Amino acid sequence: MIHSWLPYVLCILLFCVGVYAVLSKKNLIRIILGIVIADYAVNLFLILLCWKKGGEAPILQPGAMEQVMVDPLPQALVLTSIVIGLATTAFLVAIAMRLHERYGTYDITRIRELRG
Amino acid sequence: MAGEYIPLLVAVPLAGAFFCALAARKSGVLADTIGTLIVALVLALSIYAVVSPPSTHAVGGWPAPLGILLVMDGLASLMLLVVSLVAFLVMIYSLSYMNAYSGRWQFHTLFLLMLAGMNGVVITGDLFNLFVFLEVASLASYALVAFGTGKHELEAAFKYAVMGSLGSLLLLLGIAFLYGYTGTLNMAHMAERLGELGVAPITVAALVLLLSGFALKAAIVPFHSWLPDAHPSAPAPISAMLSGVLIKSLGVYTIARLVFNVYGASPDLLNLLLVLGAVSMGIGVILALRQWDMKRLLAYHSVSQVGYMILGFGLGSPLGILGGLFHLFNHSIFKSLLFLNSGALEQATGTRNLKEMGGLSGRMPTTSWTTLSASMSISGVPPFSGFWSKLIIVMACVEQGRWFYGAWAILVSVLTLASFLKVTKFAFLGKLGKGFENVREVPWPMRFGMVVLALLCIVGGLMLVPEVKEMVLTPAVRVLDHGILTLGEVVRL
Repeated sequence: MIHSWLPYVLCILLFCVGVYAVLSKKNLIRIILGIVIADYAVNLFLILLCWKKGGEAPILQPGAMEQVMVDPLPQALVLTSIVIGLATTAFLVAIAMRLHERYGTYDITRIRELRG
Repeated sequence: MAGEYIPLLVAVPLAGAFFCALAARKSGVLADTIGTLIVALVLALSIYAVVSPPSTHAVGGWPAPLGILLVMDGLASLMLLVVSLVAFLVMIYSLSYMNAYSGRWQFHTLFLLMLAGMNGVVITGDLFNLFVFLEVASLASYALVAFGTGKHELEAAFKYAVMGSLGSLLLLLGIAFLYGYTGTLNMAHMAERLGELGVAPITVAALVLLLSGFALKAAIVPFHSWLPDAHPSAPAPISAMLSGVLIKSLGVYTIARLVFNVYGASPDLLNLLLVLGAVSMGIGVILALRQWDMKRLLAYHSVSQVGYMILGFGLGSPLGILGGLFHLFNHSIFKSLLFLNSGALEQATGTRNLKEMGGLSGRMPTTSWTTLSASMSISGVPPFSGFWSKLIIVMACVEQGRWFYGAWAILVSVLTLASFLKVTKFAFLGKLGKGFENVREVPWPMRFGMVVLALLCIVGGLMLVPEVKEMVLTPAVRVLDHGILTLGEVVRL
């Protein structure tokens, strides 16, 4: 049953790709992209959690109680998480633009003035 | 079920932020009025929460495992009291301090949003809800760090926002793991299900993710690198809020909840907390010793003092938990006071570098004696408040026969004293620095905030008087010491 685990593992792998980008890249925009990738990996993970083979939208109707339904809760969570991700990304991009105004570069090795 | 007032603790500051952004764009006075009134109202609600019995509120009338449950137990009311008390005094201080900045309504909007987020984190009984409030508070704090929009502020805010978002993602992944395993998001229900299902690799993985995420928010070593940049770069009132209460409500409180009430404190977990706490204490204070920028020095001390709280929790005994919680209370008071002092010094002298200051005790008497009392408190000199909480932590170490940790706590306290003697000597004693002949004491709103906090530092030990302790600290200790709380127990509050 290795197949049923594969999507989850790939999700975690995608998350790691995002974290790697955040930790190793020197360009502000690439760091932001790393955060976005990691964010999407977590969202995808949540969606996978509720997925069932042949599942349908969880709308209860009289006489149709026996159908296979997907779990609706993670979808609500993902919706919230996407909105939060949007706010974070917008904030990071705004800060990156202001930093570019001040320093004339997106390279963090040349923005590093705080030390110690 | 007399908990109808609980949602107000989030709704009031949230509505205040909304009205501030809507109505107070033109008038700074209106923004100040809204901000102060709202924070005063939140303080009143928190005091009411402390004196009234514990209660719960099911949001929207949906019962517990399905709907979101707001839980006002002893721990939550203690945290609310700390947050709103510091927020109120900082707000009064900022009425005068923030004159140096433009954009009053933005400041008050973000401040109230941060307050709403912190209150939400503290009162919610639902793990995903906690994540949402944590993000509200974090996002507001990222923006507040960047408030000055100078080079350093932007750089620090970017670093803080990247680290913070990464921490939040780890948390969300951990929450997803736990939801996938237990099928519930309510913390009490989750604790029950975890007990039934037992330990599995996935619960350990989730614990690691959640602990790393919360440790990032609490700036525990090795996740502390953002704090010494972010906290000094913010305006002084915000530094006071960030170091005083934000790292505690988002990091320390959540770690305590997770470890004691959701997972249940196993010996391995407690040992991990002990090591994390001891390492934070040591590394924080050693890095603080060599700082000359006053706010940076204070920021490193936050890392060190958070270590004390985690160490107290890690002991796992009622006395250790009491010490950790009491130190949490005291640290919010004296660390926010120290950041307000540094703001007063910066505003009066135009510098944060201790080498450039000197002899200011004659020119700024109020700032001088409030700084002194906060410094004595953080260094653990009797009879200031910090002495009592550190004493309890050391006593708890000895009680359990953990002599090394007790000695370590005393050693770190001595190093803290050394570092604050440096602050006092270079800033206030000696010859008056060049160009400071015309330095004046700061205006009264700033002095008011500092004086009240300094008095709290001096009389803080009275929290241990049995009557006060029974009302404020003991219920919180009981919540953590109780271990796993089942859903039935929480609903019956």
